Amino acid sequence: MRHRVPLFHTFLKAIERMPESLIAIMDALPYLLQGSIVTLIVVVGAMGLGFALGAPLAVGQVYGHPVLRRFIAVYVWFFRGIPLLVFLFLFYFGLCTALDINLSAFTVAIIVLGLISSAYQSQIFRGSILSLPEGQLKAARALGMSDFKAISFIILPQALRLSIPGWSNEYSILLKDSAVTYALGVAEIMARSHFVATRTYQHLPLYFAAGVIFLVLTWAGTKGLRLLEERARIPGYSPHGL
Amino acid sequence: MTAPILRIENISKRYGKKDVLKGASLDVKKGDLKILIGPSGAGKSTLLQCINFLVKPDEGRIWLDEQEVHYANKRDLYAYRQKVGMIFQDFNLFDHLTALENVRIGMVRVKGMGKAEAGERAVLELERVGLKEHMQKYPAQLSGGQKQRVSIARALAMDPRVMLLDEPTSALDPELIGEVHAVIRDLGNNGMTMIMATHQIGFASSLASEILFMEDGRILERGTPDKIFNHAENARTQEFCSKITELYGERG
Amino acid sequence: MTEGWLYIQTEVYPALLKGFWVSLQLIAPSALLGLAIGIMVGVLRIYGNRPVMAAANTFVAIFRGIPLVVQLFIWYFGLPHIGIYLSPFFASVLGFSLCSGAYHSEYIRGALLSIKRGQMLAAQSLGFSKIRMIFSIILPQAIRRALPGCGNEIIYLIKYSSLAYMITCIELTGQGKILASNSFKYTEVFLMIGACYLVMTSVASIILGRVEDRLRIPGFEHRRT
Repeated sequence: MRHRVPLFHTFLKAIERMPESLIAIMDALPYLLQGSIVTLIVVVGAMGLGFALGAPLAVGQVYGHPVLRRFIAVYVWFFRGIPLLVFLFLFYFGLCTALDINLSAFTVAIIVLGLISSAYQSQIFRGSILSLPEGQLKAARALGMSDFKAISFIILPQALRLSIPGWSNEYSILLKDSAVTYALGVAEIMARSHFVATRTYQHLPLYFAAGVIFLVLTWAGTKGLRLLEERARIPGYSPHGL
Repeated sequence: MTAPILRIENISKRYGKKDVLKGASLDVKKGDLKILIGPSGAGKSTLLQCINFLVKPDEGRIWLDEQEVHYANKRDLYAYRQKVGMIFQDFNLFDHLTALENVRIGMVRVKGMGKAEAGERAVLELERVGLKEHMQKYPAQLSGGQKQRVSIARALAMDPRVMLLDEPTSALDPELIGEVHAVIRDLGNNGMTMIMATHQIGFASSLASEILFMEDGRILERGTPDKIFNHAENARTQEFCSKITELYGERG
Repeated sequence: MTEGWLYIQTEVYPALLKGFWVSLQLIAPSALLGLAIGIMVGVLRIYGNRPVMAAANTFVAIFRGIPLVVQLFIWYFGLPHIGIYLSPFFASVLGFSLCSGAYHSEYIRGALLSIKRGQMLAAQSLGFSKIRMIFSIILPQAIRRALPGCGNEIIYLIKYSSLAYMITCIELTGQGKILASNSFKYTEVFLMIGACYLVMTSVASIILGRVEDRLRIPGFEHRRT
């Protein structure tokens, strides 16, 4: 059934189809770029949710009661140990129906990516908090600060700065993972390129186009976070005393 | 006899099986400068950290201005710590804040002062330690001596009744020790009450109202600098003083 | 209760077992191939000549920058465009190995850079050739340093193997999807699938921890996170 052509011919054929492919990409581009907005909203939403949950989890895991620490460790283990795709199916087809909650695929995508990201982000912050010298907390206490104040005004401002490289990494992971939400039908870049590909029979060129858009988004985001890191940098300070 | 500002009674601390402090007691009067000397591991640092409860003592009681401090009560503890300034061996300046912000943050966040008012006071304190022109610098841009002077300004800004200094110059290069000593000497001349652990016995003997020799978690001997350095009764004190004189010289 | 039990015994259990086997068949060769690619590319990125270095860096930038789903779609749905047809299984292994290799090469590269220059000078002064030096002095040290990162990558691979389902390679997740669609027991089935993955990732991380301990050299520091 499968017709195999010598390699040379296949390339000739691809070149022959090149103008056609380019037209297909150009036609689909606006549609794909709209998808990149969806992708970015999903990524930014998930990062925000992941931060809102991850920061307190990290503080709890470092300073909390042993029972709380244990609980957070299990939470992290759970959300880091199961594939995104399984969580997406579980939440969208399973829990949403079982609990009779009506959520769009888009919302579920943000929630699931956010929950998984919170587990990873908590570990980024935790590492940053642990890398701060112990004396910082002692000095804050010696001034009469409560632990809550010491953590809010002394520990977190420093820990968050140290976390920016980890965040940058988390952004690029979320960006790539967001393509998996195509499985629920979220109209992001991947879903749109596949949709056009099946209609025009220009699979390879359209997936290439999607890939290039992802590369650009990764590059731009990483660049942006590096600028943030520059701006937040404390003169003369390097985190590990080198 | 005036009543002591700070009264420390029978402080003990153990880590696991090791007794680090075995019942240290101490009365500090206004304007006193008590100096703790003794080999490393003697418990000097633990005693100082126990005094403001950065390390929780297992036993013992502390009175400030004749009021007992109940550290289990958080509000009391935070109020007490404001009145007891602490200077650390490794400075512990807040690395994300400028010198000015380091001095200001306690006043703003703990005492609830306004930023402007606290800022003015912070400038004053930095001026007092000779660092006004460096106030916009971050800790990583300052020398060790400058960092320690900022940390003294930070403690002073809280209007402490007593200052605890835990080997304030031992992390400094020799040529930077003088500037920190000058600030401490100035504090002493202005009547600040202090307890300081140090190895700089030349400096200690010129300034101290009393020297306390600690070893193995106990205060073995106490007395005037002349008594401890020249006429010590305890053989261990004599031995330690002659060793340390060799190491650090007569003058500080 | 008994009916449910019967369902699990006759439907769920065999299906999951089958899926689990396919998953393992995907993961094992991809992990090995990925590691091999990673070591090769990592070495070329440090010790290759300029064009080789540039090519290796480009390879890594592309395969780390593009989502794995897109890569899988290119291999499976895209290649027929130029007349190349791969089976879902083969396309998955290819996709996993290349992507995973790109990530491994990052850890290998970092580890190679962390080896002190003195080690090389000492090897050269003993008369080692460049290749010999890389294989008998540098890599044994670098691989130990890279192990925690590479171990993590293998755990990622276990999770990302679920994406094979999206190019119609029916492994564990795919079996789950079929079971769930037939029975409408989505929550139960995907909790079970999740538990299977948790077991796989946990067991893998325990094994990798053991390997790390086994290879530990006293005083050859590295921090485990």
